[in-house]
Amino acid sequence: MFKLLEPNKIFQITSKAPGYVLFLFVVVLTVGLTEALILSPEDYKQSDAVRIMYVHVPSAWISLGIFSSITLLSISGFIFKNKNLFLIAKSLAPSGFVFNIIALVTGSIWGKPTWGTWWAWDARITSMLILALFFALYLIAWRIYEKEEKVFKITTFITIIGIINVPITKYSVEWWNTLHQPASINILSKSSIHSSMLFPLLIMTAAFALFSLLIFLMKYNTELIKIKNKGLDRL
Amino acid sequence: MYGRKVKLRFLFVSLILITLILTVFLVLKSLEENVVYFQSPSEIKTLTELDKSKIRVGGMVKKNSINVNSDEVNFIITDFKNEINVSYSGAVPNLFAEEKGVVAEGFLKDRNFFSATKILAKHDENYMPPEVKKALEEK
Repeated sequence: MFKLLEPNKIFQITSKAPGYVLFLFVVVLTVGLTEALILSPEDYKQSDAVRIMYVHVPSAWISLGIFSSITLLSISGFIFKNKNLFLIAKSLAPSGFVFNIIALVTGSIWGKPTWGTWWAWDARITSMLILALFFALYLIAWRIYEKEEKVFKITTFITIIGIINVPITKYSVEWWNTLHQPASINILSKSSIHSSMLFPLLIMTAAFALFSLLIFLMKYNTELIKIKNKGLDRL
Repeated sequence: MYGRKVKLRFLFVSLILITLILTVFLVLKSLEENVVYFQSPSEIKTLTELDKSKIRVGGMVKKNSINVNSDEVNFIITDFKNEINVSYSGAVPNLFAEEKGVVAEGFLKDRNFFSATKILAKHDENYMPPEVKKALEEK
């Protein structure tokens, strides 16, 4: 199905999109930052340190989301022998890795004043570090192996092993005693975060998602241009 | 609908996933002791042998239990079933308070007494503005 899509046709759309996405990103980020840094209240216990959460939590969500997407795309690409899915996965990875690092760094900055330590080897923090290592492995694999057949298989293998870590990261705070607090936002039950803080959190998540989309489009366009330069008329 | 190769590759990926999940599950299950960041006072009580090495105990700081001397902080960690006395000399984190979560790192003297070398405040999952907290307390 995707095989028949011509790179030229995809490129027509994806080459124009970044401009619009950038505009949307700037608007949403401005609203999000105003809400998060100025309009939202301080926390009853941690006061202004709570504002770090508006960067930390969306980053962590997006890095986990991107790794899951990469895995799904790679496995589908492997099963259906579809090159395009691998290229989409490859283009998604860099922003996932960057947000993973941001989540680790902001968590560390938050941990020092609240917990009293920069780092703790608890299950949540360690599994986030492992996720960053898998992102790094995935990105390096694309650089090392040049033969398509080989790099597709190796990156798929890395994502399959790495995906086991994703549910462990998510549920680590429920399964074991961790220093990290459990989730504040629950889809099925009442959230333990006040709505005045939930709102900026969701806007910041939208802003970061748009940023990921922007970087993805730029990376993906590069891949399409590479194909065009090779003189191939289809993926 | 799909070719034989596609089905085989699907089976291949599924088997890898199932094998990995089972392996990781068993490994984590057997390593549970090391995966947990801290133990509760109840778990300390049931220890058959006292651990000489550094461990962490976590729970709530009992109400009205913090006692600050000139060079020592004493308090009680409780999990509402069992409790343990903790002594510590040094600076405590800002969020360290009564009826809040805490993790103490250090050495067990006996099943009821813990000598801490480091205190970490554990933050819970509740986020709210001060006014809301006040309103909740008045209820």
